[in-house]
Amino acid sequence: MSEEPLLKIINVTKEFVKGGLFSSKKAVRAVDSVSLEIGMVENVALVGESGCGKSTLGKLTLGLLKPDSGQILFEGRDIWTLKKEEFSNFRRNAQIIHQDPYTSLNPVRTIFQSLAPPLIRNKEVPDSKAAYERLKELLTMVGLTPPEDFLNRYPARMSGGQMQRIILARAVSLRPKYVVADEAVSMLDASLRLGAVDLMLELQKKFRVSYLFITHDLGIARYFILKGRGKIAMMYLGSIVEAGEGDSVIQRPIHPYTRVMMTAISVPDPKLTRSRPLPSLRSLDVPRLEQVPSGCKFHPRCPYAEKICEEKVPELRAFDSRLVACHFAERFVN
Amino acid sequence: MEFRVPRGILKAVDNLDLDVYNDEVLGLVGESGCGKSVLAHTILRIVDPNGRIAGGKIMFQGKDILSMSKEELRRFRWKEIAIVFQGAFNSFNPVIRIFEHMLDTTYAHDEKASKEEIVKRSKELMRMVRLDPDAVLVRYPHELSGGMKQRAVAAMAMLLDPKLLILDEPFSALDVLTQKFFMKTLVDIRRETRKSMIFITHDLAQVAEIADRVAVMYGGVIVEAAGVEDIFYKPRHPYTRALLKAVPSIVGSIDELKPLPGPLPDPVNPPPGCEFHPRCPHRIDICSRVRPKLEQVDDVSLVACHRWRELN
Repeated sequence: MSEEPLLKIINVTKEFVKGGLFSSKKAVRAVDSVSLEIGMVENVALVGESGCGKSTLGKLTLGLLKPDSGQILFEGRDIWTLKKEEFSNFRRNAQIIHQDPYTSLNPVRTIFQSLAPPLIRNKEVPDSKAAYERLKELLTMVGLTPPEDFLNRYPARMSGGQMQRIILARAVSLRPKYVVADEAVSMLDASLRLGAVDLMLELQKKFRVSYLFITHDLGIARYFILKGRGKIAMMYLGSIVEAGEGDSVIQRPIHPYTRVMMTAISVPDPKLTRSRPLPSLRSLDVPRLEQVPSGCKFHPRCPYAEKICEEKVPELRAFDSRLVACHFAERFVN
Repeated sequence: MEFRVPRGILKAVDNLDLDVYNDEVLGLVGESGCGKSVLAHTILRIVDPNGRIAGGKIMFQGKDILSMSKEELRRFRWKEIAIVFQGAFNSFNPVIRIFEHMLDTTYAHDEKASKEEIVKRSKELMRMVRLDPDAVLVRYPHELSGGMKQRAVAAMAMLLDPKLLILDEPFSALDVLTQKFFMKTLVDIRRETRKSMIFITHDLAQVAEIADRVAVMYGGVIVEAAGVEDIFYKPRHPYTRALLKAVPSIVGSIDELKPLPGPLPDPVNPPPGCEFHPRCPHRIDICSRVRPKLEQVDDVSLVACHRWRELN
């Protein structure tokens, strides 16, 4: 497709200042020169371990944080150069689903009291009565029936699975084009997780949204991407190290970090998981964000590291339909 | 074990039978709220103020833990059975060194221990969990990484050489690589010491990695228990089957995956009969009336389902 992607992240960097009261101030680079595109009605599963910067990147794409350098283009326009009205229009088009559904809603308001005002304020519906009808439709769509029952309930009177459905309904209620799902199903029980992902993809078809699906769980990322459409991007210490269509990153990992991860993850198959060798690593410890290694950030742990890896930051380069940031990627292709 | 909650009585663990054998790693799996942590606490008689153990027996080598006096229990804990609580590695006292934790823990259960012995034992254990004793024992907790703290807690649990070690979600806050290495360490420790372990988790993949036998919990009861390969390759209970199909992994076809319908049971008002029947695709009339007994299938396998024979 030659058309402009919905969201374009260009060379974005975000630093936070840590310390100051008892220790000297230090800049922590949570997101480091990241570039990424998300097409219309397409998905990116952003996978990484805690502290790798995936949530920060998500917030940057929503305009909740301002990048120190680089640009976020939404429908071709830099979101930080938009006029006030255009910016609020953007915010309406870009929504977020948080990890914990219970802390996402005001506990002393009923579901209706929480979900109706945005609809009226954004002129989706003329009045409260129309909002009630619209919300009834939405709740039915996410499988909460009869909807009247749920609209008048308080969050504390619902299960985690039901709350997550409410939050999904709220996220699409203003018909956004882009939704960041930040560990949106991680809090749910194993038996409910797939159902929530299926529902997200169903809503995608109806509302034509694109998702940035942020997770630490490669299994659920794979399910999401194979059932939907899009790519998986692996993040390590603030940078994207590898990205590819479908589950190619999982099936044929190229970057040493991704390769190590794939052999380290336990799988629910006793014979298979016990037969997989321990990954060879030079160091087990993840470097602290305050002292990110020079050159390739993975080099102190990488079993294949050479001199250049300490000195030069590897670029994210294209291999067929894959992007890999490794000086020796050629060696690992195939 | 039941708890008084505002809505009534919550039976977190309900008429449950379970054996743990010598020299085995028993994986206890279930979703949140199924009662697996409560069961672990009950084994050591750790009871919240609103809870009580309403009945039953917990026999450990011929002695009933539930009828021990307080003093007996204090000496019994840690020496015979030790537990590593969920998130325990965040519970270190931040102002004392790791070695002082070792001292305090030992004295709490065995006041006659000598300091030299504790030093010797601590060093041994540190090596066992693959930590450098000279570097780690003199450190304060904040100077260690999450994985190191978790390993230090495991070492602490083994100070009095318990025969049974209970580990509640020991890997959940660790990154994938640290997880993998810590699992291998536990497997090695088990091989060297022949201890029994109860390993509690919600993650089926972790159980596949280290358990010899697996018990599956749902709604406060064990619905199935069997050797690890049987659980994964020949599951008998419909819940075990459904759960295995609902967990996505980095291997296998996603076409076989299927979400489980319906919500988890309400523990205050559990469904009558089999707890799983409202979500079970194979339910028949009897399932909503009679609670199935845990039946012996063969030497090691147990299942609680009215229809396990015909569904096999």
